[in-house]
Amino acid sequence: MSNVATFDTRTEAKIPVESPLAYSYRRSGAPAPTGKSRVVLRERPFLGHLILRGGAIVLDEAVREVLGVSLPGEPQGLVQDADGERSVQWLSPDEWLVIVPGGEEFTLENRLREALGDAHFAISNASGGQTLVELEGEAARELLMKSVIYDVHPSQFPVGKGVTTVFAKTTVILRRPDELRWELVVRRSFADYTYRWLLDAGDEYGIGVKG
Amino acid sequence: MSQLNRLARGGRIDRSRRLSFTFNGKRYQGHAGDTLASALLANGVDIVNRSFKYSRPRGIVAAGAEEPNAVVQLGKTEAGQVPNVRATQQALFDGLEARSTNGWPNVQRDLMSLVGKLGGQFMPPGFYYKTFMAPASLWMTYEKYIRKSAGLGRSPMENDPDIYDHLHQHCDVLVIGAGPAGLTAALAAARSGARVILVDEQEEMGGSLLDTRELLDDKPADQWVTEALKELAGLDNVTLLPRTTANGYHDHHFVTLHERRTEHLAETAPLKDGRRQVRSRMHRVRAGRVVLATGAHERPLVYGNNDVPGNLLAGAVSTYVRRYGVVPGKRLVLSTSNDHAYRAALDWLESGREVVAIADVRANPDGELVEQARAQGIRIIEGAAVIEAKGDSRVSGARVAKVDLDGFRVAGAVETLDCDTIASSGGYSPVIHLASHTGARPTWRDDILGFVPTLVKGVSAAGGAQGVYATAEVLADGVEAGRQAATEAGLPAASVSLPRVAARRDGTACALYQVPHEKPTLRGPKQFVDLQNDVTAAGIEVATREGFESIEHVKRYTAMGFGTDQGKLGNINGMAIAARLLGRSIPEVGTTVFRPNYTPVTFGAIVGRHCRELFDPERYTAMHQWHVEHGAEFEEVGQWKRPWYFPRQVNGKTETMHEAVARECRAVREAVGILDASTLGKIDIQGPDAREFLGRVYTNKWAQLAPGRVRYGLMCKDDGMVFDDGTTSCLGANHFLMTTTTGGAAGVLEWLELWHQTEWPELDVYFTSVTDHWATMTVTGPEARKLMAEITDIDLDKEAFKFMDWREGTVAGVPARVFRISFTGELAYEINVQANYALHVWETLFAHGDKYGLTPYGTETMHVLRAEKGFIIAGQETDGSVTPEDLGMHWAVGYDKPFSWIGQRALTRPDTARTDRKQLVGLKPRDAKVVLEEGAQIVFDPNHAIPMPMVGHVTSSYYSPTLDSGFALAVVKGGQQKMGETVYLPMADGQVHEAEIVSPIFLDPKGERQNV
Amino acid sequence: MFYIHCPYCGELREEEEFHPKGQAHIARPEDPESCSDEEWGDYLFFRDNPRGIHHELWVHAVGCRKFFNITRHTVTYEILETYKMGEQPRFTAEHPEGRPSQDGVEPAPLREGVRA
Repeated sequence: MSNVATFDTRTEAKIPVESPLAYSYRRSGAPAPTGKSRVVLRERPFLGHLILRGGAIVLDEAVREVLGVSLPGEPQGLVQDADGERSVQWLSPDEWLVIVPGGEEFTLENRLREALGDAHFAISNASGGQTLVELEGEAARELLMKSVIYDVHPSQFPVGKGVTTVFAKTTVILRRPDELRWELVVRRSFADYTYRWLLDAGDEYGIGVKG
Repeated sequence: MSQLNRLARGGRIDRSRRLSFTFNGKRYQGHAGDTLASALLANGVDIVNRSFKYSRPRGIVAAGAEEPNAVVQLGKTEAGQVPNVRATQQALFDGLEARSTNGWPNVQRDLMSLVGKLGGQFMPPGFYYKTFMAPASLWMTYEKYIRKSAGLGRSPMENDPDIYDHLHQHCDVLVIGAGPAGLTAALAAARSGARVILVDEQEEMGGSLLDTRELLDDKPADQWVTEALKELAGLDNVTLLPRTTANGYHDHHFVTLHERRTEHLAETAPLKDGRRQVRSRMHRVRAGRVVLATGAHERPLVYGNNDVPGNLLAGAVSTYVRRYGVVPGKRLVLSTSNDHAYRAALDWLESGREVVAIADVRANPDGELVEQARAQGIRIIEGAAVIEAKGDSRVSGARVAKVDLDGFRVAGAVETLDCDTIASSGGYSPVIHLASHTGARPTWRDDILGFVPTLVKGVSAAGGAQGVYATAEVLADGVEAGRQAATEAGLPAASVSLPRVAARRDGTACALYQVPHEKPTLRGPKQFVDLQNDVTAAGIEVATREGFESIEHVKRYTAMGFGTDQGKLGNINGMAIAARLLGRSIPEVGTTVFRPNYTPVTFGAIVGRHCRELFDPERYTAMHQWHVEHGAEFEEVGQWKRPWYFPRQVNGKTETMHEAVARECRAVREAVGILDASTLGKIDIQGPDAREFLGRVYTNKWAQLAPGRVRYGLMCKDDGMVFDDGTTSCLGANHFLMTTTTGGAAGVLEWLELWHQTEWPELDVYFTSVTDHWATMTVTGPEARKLMAEITDIDLDKEAFKFMDWREGTVAGVPARVFRISFTGELAYEINVQANYALHVWETLFAHGDKYGLTPYGTETMHVLRAEKGFIIAGQETDGSVTPEDLGMHWAVGYDKPFSWIGQRALTRPDTARTDRKQLVGLKPRDAKVVLEEGAQIVFDPNHAIPMPMVGHVTSSYYSPTLDSGFALAVVKGGQQKMGETVYLPMADGQVHEAEIVSPIFLDPKGERQNV
Repeated sequence: MFYIHCPYCGELREEEEFHPKGQAHIARPEDPESCSDEEWGDYLFFRDNPRGIHHELWVHAVGCRKFFNITRHTVTYEILETYKMGEQPRFTAEHPEGRPSQDGVEPAPLREGVRA
C-alpha cells in the first residue's frame, strides 16, 4: 500500500442511491413550486465533494493545472469554472471545499495527488456526507435571515462569497454562486432538520421544491 | 354604550370604525386607533386592577410602557391567554377580551382589600421574608397562597396556535425610538447611505410629536412626522419597525427587538393570503452603532393616596386628550414642579372641562406656559402641592397646601379642592434602561434632575434620553447623533434641514419627589413610590431604619423596581427618598441596575421556530427510514436518533423492551445481529506525522501498526483522565481512520486540532471529519461470516482476514471497507460504505440474512453485550475522574513511549497513583433477579451510621439473558484488590442489595468468540 | 453575545460560531516528566482570574476551525484585539493602552514551534 490509501467509494454499477434528503421528501413531502412561490428549493444531490488541506501556494498550482481555476486565496472566496459546474471554496487558511459533477471526484483526487507529489497535503472525500441545496427567488434572502446568523445583505455577501456559519441550531456552508442563487452545503445527518426548517420558515413565502 | 369621556372631535382615532371589546366580562365600545387603556378611560372605567400587596383599587396612570397598574390578562380562548399586557400598549381590536389579573372575587369588591385597609402594620416591607421563611418546608404552601392573592396573571393551559420566529438583522445604525430625536437621527443616517433600522414600541411612529401642542413649520407636528416617515419608507437602506420594542441591549451592540406583528389585529394571527403569518418576531440585531432616542418618562409626585384611581401623570392626560380624544375626568387639579406639565391643564381646558387649580411647588413660576394658563383664567396656587388625594375608588378631592421643601414639612393651611382627577408631574427621567443593560452606570445631572446614560463606545443618546427636552433642540440633537453615527460608519455626512419650531421660554424646574404631609410618613396616608410592587415612602423609610443603606439592598428589601415594571416610574423617586433619609445626595446613593427585558416578552418570540418538531436538530443515519418502518424505538444520543431496540409483535402483542432486548442479545450470541453504527465519529488523518501524532494523543503505542491493521486506543486529557476511546485503522503509512464515540465526535476533532494548532504545529498532519460520508453497519454473531460470504468479494478466511484487520472490496456490489473489530465479543464485521448506498447494502444484508436469523438490534442490546465483555463506554464508565489504570486497562498504556503523551505525566501524581482510587469492577448481585440501579451508591458497611461512607457507584447495569442474571459494572475504591468481597447498595426505599465484586469481564475472558 | 473578529477569516463573526477554550498562553511544559508534581499541577489546574485585561484562547468552531487568542476586558467585555497563534498581544495588563510600537518587529514566539 502506498502512504495514503485512496478509495473510490462510488460505483458505476446500477445500485440504488439515496440522497441525504430522500427520506425527507417521503416524510415531509415536497410542495411543487407555484406562480406564487417567492422562494424555490432544489437539491443538487450526488455531486463530488472533496476537502482539500494544505498550503495555499502548493495547492493553487495543482488546482489550476487540474481544474483550470485558481484556488481562492482570500478568506470566504468562492470560484467556479466557466460553466459553473465545478467550484472551489475557501473554508480555512489551509482548507478548501471542491465540488464537481458526481463521478469526477475520484479522478480529480488522483490527478491532484499526482500533481502535488511529495508536498504535504490531504484530500478527503466527503461526497456521501453532504448535499447541496439551492435557494432561489425574491424571498430567498429573507428566508436566510430567519435561518442564519451571518449577514446576507448583498453589501456584505456579494456573489463569489461563501462562509461556514450557524443555521438554526446546526451549521451550514452558505455560498452565493451568482446573483439569483444561494447554495447551502448541508451535512447528511442534519439534512432532514435543515429541510424541515426551510419548509417551515419558507411557508410564509409559499416555498416550493423543485424535483 | 356611551363613551362618556370621549371628545366629539380631535385625536388620531378613527371615529367611523367602532370596535367592541370586553373588560372583566363587561362589553364596551372603542374606536380604531385606541389602545385598550384609552378605550377604558373613554368608557369611564376607573378601576382596572387591585394592587399586588395591599389589594387597593388601581386605575390607569400613564399612557405608555411605564404604566404600572393596568397590567391585564388578554384572551378569549384558553390557548390565546396572554398575561402581563399593559393596556396602554395594547391596540384595541374588535372582539378583544381582557381581564384584571388581580382582585377576588372581582376588582370592584375585593375581599383582600381589608388587608390593604389595615395596611402597613400588617404587611411591612420584608413582609414575605419575615413571615413566610419559617418553617422552610411550608414555603410551597405559602407560595401558592401568595401567587393567588397577588394575581400575577397566568399562562395558557393549551398549546399556542400561533407561530413565532426570529430574524437576524445587521445594520450600520440602529435608532431606538421614533420620536423627534429618533426620526431626525434616522433621516441623517439614512441620507448618508447607512443601513438603518428605526424601531418604535408604539402603534404609530412619532412619539411626542403625535400629541404636542407645538407647530413644526407652522403646521401640526404630525404632518412633519408623516413626511419624514414617507421619506424613510422609500429608502432601500432603511427598515422601519413599528410596534417593536427594543427589550435588551447585550454585548457589542447586539440588541433584541420584539416586534408584535398581529397583536393589534386579533387574538390569534389572522391568515394572510391564505397563509399563516408570524404573530410576533424577535429581531436579533447586530448593530454597528446605536442611537438611543428613547425619550423620557414623566415622574409622578409621591403624595398621600396617590394611587387612588383618578391620579394620573400630567403628560398622560395630554396624550389621552390630544391623541385619543379622551378626557379622563371632569375636574382637574394639577400638581407640578415644572412648566411642561402645564400642557395638561391647557389641553384639559380646551377639551371643555374644568381645571380647578394648578398647585405649583415653585414660588414664582413665570414661564410661557404658566402665563398662558394664567391668561386662560386658571387658578395657580404657588409654592404648593397636592399633599393627599381624597376618595376611595375614584379621586373625590385634592388636599393642597403650601410646602416647605427645605424643612420637608407642610407650611400652611390645607385647602381641600373638589375634583375627580389629579395630574402630577415631578419632572422627567430619561429612559436609560437600555444603556444600563450594557453595564454602564448612569450619571446624575442636577441641571435636569435626572440620570443620563453613560454611553459605551458606539452608542449615542439623543433628545429626551439624555435630558434634552425642548422640541427644537431635540430635533437638532437627533440630526447630530444620526450624522455622527453615519460618519463613524465611514459614510459622508448628509444634511437634514430642521423644521421651524417656535422657541418657548420655560421656567426652571424644582426638585420635588416625595411631598411632605402634615403627619410623619410612617403615620400618614400611604404615599406610593412603586405602584406595581406596592412600595411606599414609608416602606423605604422602614428599610433605611432597619439598616439597609445600599440602594441595591433597599430595592431587594422593598421590592422597588422589581419584575416587569423595572422601576420605570418609581426608581428615581425611591432613590431620592432614600437619599433624603440617609442624608446623602442622589448621586451618592446611586441607582439600581435596570435589567432586560424592558417590557415583558412573550415566550413565543423568545423561542421563535425552535419548538415542537424543530426544537432541536434530529440527526438521522442513512438507514433511518428502515428503522422507523421496522418499529424501532429510538434513543437520543447527543442529537442522533439511534434505534434503541426493535420490539416485535408476538402473538398480537408488542414485546416489552426487556423481551426485545433478550431476544436481540440471544440472536447475536447464537446467530447473527446487525447494528447501525453510522453515528460513530470518523476522522480522516493524513500526513507524514500522523503516526507520531496518534502516539501523543492516545495512551498506547502506534509506531508499529501496519496498513491493514486496526487498534483500540484510549484518549486522556493532560490530567490523566480518560475522555474518549475508539479504534483507529492504519489505511496507509501516512493515513489513518480514527473512530470516536458518537457523542465525542466533534469534541475529539476539536481536541486534535487544539494540540496540532497550539502545541505541535511542526507535525505535518491534517484531520478531516468524514463521519457523515460513511455509513457503518456492524454484522456480528457466529453466523456473521457465512452471511458476509454471500455478498462480498473480500476473502473472509480467518487467516487472510484476522481479528483487528480491515480489508477493502465490495459488499452488495458497493465499494466498502470492512473492519474486523468487535464491541460484542462475537465475530464481527463492521462495514463502511458511502452513505448514499447504505440503504441498499443494509437491505441486501437482510435479503440474505433471513436464513441465518439476522436480527437488527439497538443500543440497549449493544450495551448489554459490551458490558458482558467488560467493554467500557467513555462517558458512562468514565466521568472525567477515571484513569486508564482505574479502568484496569494497563494493557492500553504505553509508559515507555518516547514522547510524554497527553495524560502520562499526571498518572504518577500522588493522587492519581493512589491504589485506593475508585476502580472498575464487575458486580454480581447475590440475588440474580436483581438488576442494580445505575448510579446507585456503594458502601462496604450497611450498618454504619448515616451518613455512610460511600465507596463507589454503579456505572452500567443490565439483565443478561446469556448469564440469566442481573450484572453490573461499577467503580469501587480499591476494587481491583477486592475480588470476591461483598458490597452493599442501600436504596431509597430502604432495601439493601448485596453484590459480589467480580471481574468486569463476565463472558469469554479469553476472547475466543470474537477471534474465530 | 460577543462579536468576535476572527484573525483568520478576517472579519467579525457572531459568538455562536466560537467556543472559548480558557486562558491563553498556557504552554505545555517541554519535558513533562522532569516537572515536579507541583509544576505539573500548576500547569493543569491554576489559572488567572483578573479584573481587567485577560488573554483567552478561542476557536472558530463553526467557521475556519482555527484557534486564536483574544484580549478581553473582563469588566466591560470589550475585546481589545484578537491575534493568531504564535503572535503576542499588544494590549496587556502592563500596557492597557497598547504596547509601544516595536517598529513592526514581531516578538519571538515563547518557544520554537510553540504557538500557545
